[in-house]
Amino acid sequence: MADVRQIVIDIISDIAPDEDVSSIDDAKSLREQLDLDSMDFLDIVMELRKRHKVEVPQEDYPKLASLQSCVAYLGPKFAAAPV
Amino acid sequence: MSDSQRIVMTGIGLTAPNGNNLAEFRKSLLECRSGVKHHEIRYMGKQVAGMCDFDEYKYQSKKLRRRGTRAGSISIYCANEAIADAGLDWASTDKSMVGVYLGITEHGNVETEEEIYQMHQNGLDWKLWSPHHNPRTVANSPAGEVTLNLSITGPHYTLGSACAGGNVGIIQGVQQLLLGEVDLALAGGVSESSQTFGIFAAFAAQGALAHHDDPTRASRPLEKNRNGIAISEGGCVFVLERLPDALKRGAKIYAEIVGYAINSDATDFVNPNGERQVQCMHKAIRRAGLTPADIDLVNMHATGTGTGDVNESQAVRKAFESSPKTYVNFTKGHIGHCMGAAGSIELAGNIPSFTDGLVHPGMNCAELDPECEIPNLVVNEPRPVGNINYILNNSFGMLGINSALIVKKYQA
Repeated sequence: MADVRQIVIDIISDIAPDEDVSSIDDAKSLREQLDLDSMDFLDIVMELRKRHKVEVPQEDYPKLASLQSCVAYLGPKFAAAPV
Repeated sequence: MSDSQRIVMTGIGLTAPNGNNLAEFRKSLLECRSGVKHHEIRYMGKQVAGMCDFDEYKYQSKKLRRRGTRAGSISIYCANEAIADAGLDWASTDKSMVGVYLGITEHGNVETEEEIYQMHQNGLDWKLWSPHHNPRTVANSPAGEVTLNLSITGPHYTLGSACAGGNVGIIQGVQQLLLGEVDLALAGGVSESSQTFGIFAAFAAQGALAHHDDPTRASRPLEKNRNGIAISEGGCVFVLERLPDALKRGAKIYAEIVGYAINSDATDFVNPNGERQVQCMHKAIRRAGLTPADIDLVNMHATGTGTGDVNESQAVRKAFESSPKTYVNFTKGHIGHCMGAAGSIELAGNIPSFTDGLVHPGMNCAELDPECEIPNLVVNEPRPVGNINYILNNSFGMLGINSALIVKKYQA
């Protein structure tokens, strides 16, 4: 099973390479902890689609707010995604 | 002319394939050190090209570098270097009276090619097209990135002027200072052309892409066996000020800009028109209140193409036929063709001759093409010539845009 948490962290590391991603609080909003703006979240969505064929519709973008919510939301999608 | 109508250069920031500041670049020019190497170009494989190796993160975060463009990154580096070189107290500078004027050959090809490539690699999924595509490819992007980086709130734009861009950006800066639109201009040219495969393929299709087993010898303007253009990237930004402002803050003054001209061939998409080039040079000389005999040094555009070099050689011979003491050199043998940055970079490379009295040579001219013979052409090794007071810098581009810029050794 895909390690969704690590997948999201890897993407954030590429999108915001100046940020320290080693001590993110999973329960807290990512934007509270990291210098991420709305365009960065579009990039996260884009990379999920490009790298993992996982689609996130626009109305679900708020579900990517924290690492915890990412795992909860993306977990089933990764489980269902084509390998 | 009142001093407030005199525009001077007080800072230079540059990156070229063989140097990341003026001192390094000048040394490379005098020592005939090429910056052209073999590089892998998408689809085409090994090609000669000039790439810059400046530190992209010296003035920019990794995130903003990723968000922006290569052209923006080059521009930001050059602008910051120029400001530092000028000794400006940036914190107290009125940013609303600073303008950014950058000449470009083209912009957006690198980003567009990359998006198409990525889409093609991913099953033509158009939803993978980046939301950054538009801000990256709008034509003002390289200049706009400089304003974001330096908190400049004055005007910014690029001047789309093909390979005349390096001169045209400077001319725009001069004009805006003369109009009183700004008090300080960051002006020059920038190019990321060597990052895009399309420009290589197009020059190859024209039979105008340089090649040689030894890449350092590929770019050889005026040479009998030249076979085209070595495509390069680079940038050069000058700090321009009105003379009284420069004097007031005790700035070092590299040169005064005393003449310029831009005209159009109106004859062909790519082939140059030597007669118009002569007219352009003479117009710049007249504007400066000079005669051809006053010009000590001419930097040719000289790209290494068959037709272009012959045309320009004829034009320079004609323009300076009454001037037996004018020296002539060219720069693209060292660095290839830096496209929209070429005019600015090449001008910067000659400015130290005001103080060292040397004319740097055109490089790689093993056997001069008889059709390109020009009196006082300096090739292959530097020539000490003593006092140099005026330099004329040629920069020409496709669609028949010609530009000539004249700088003078500063005298109070």
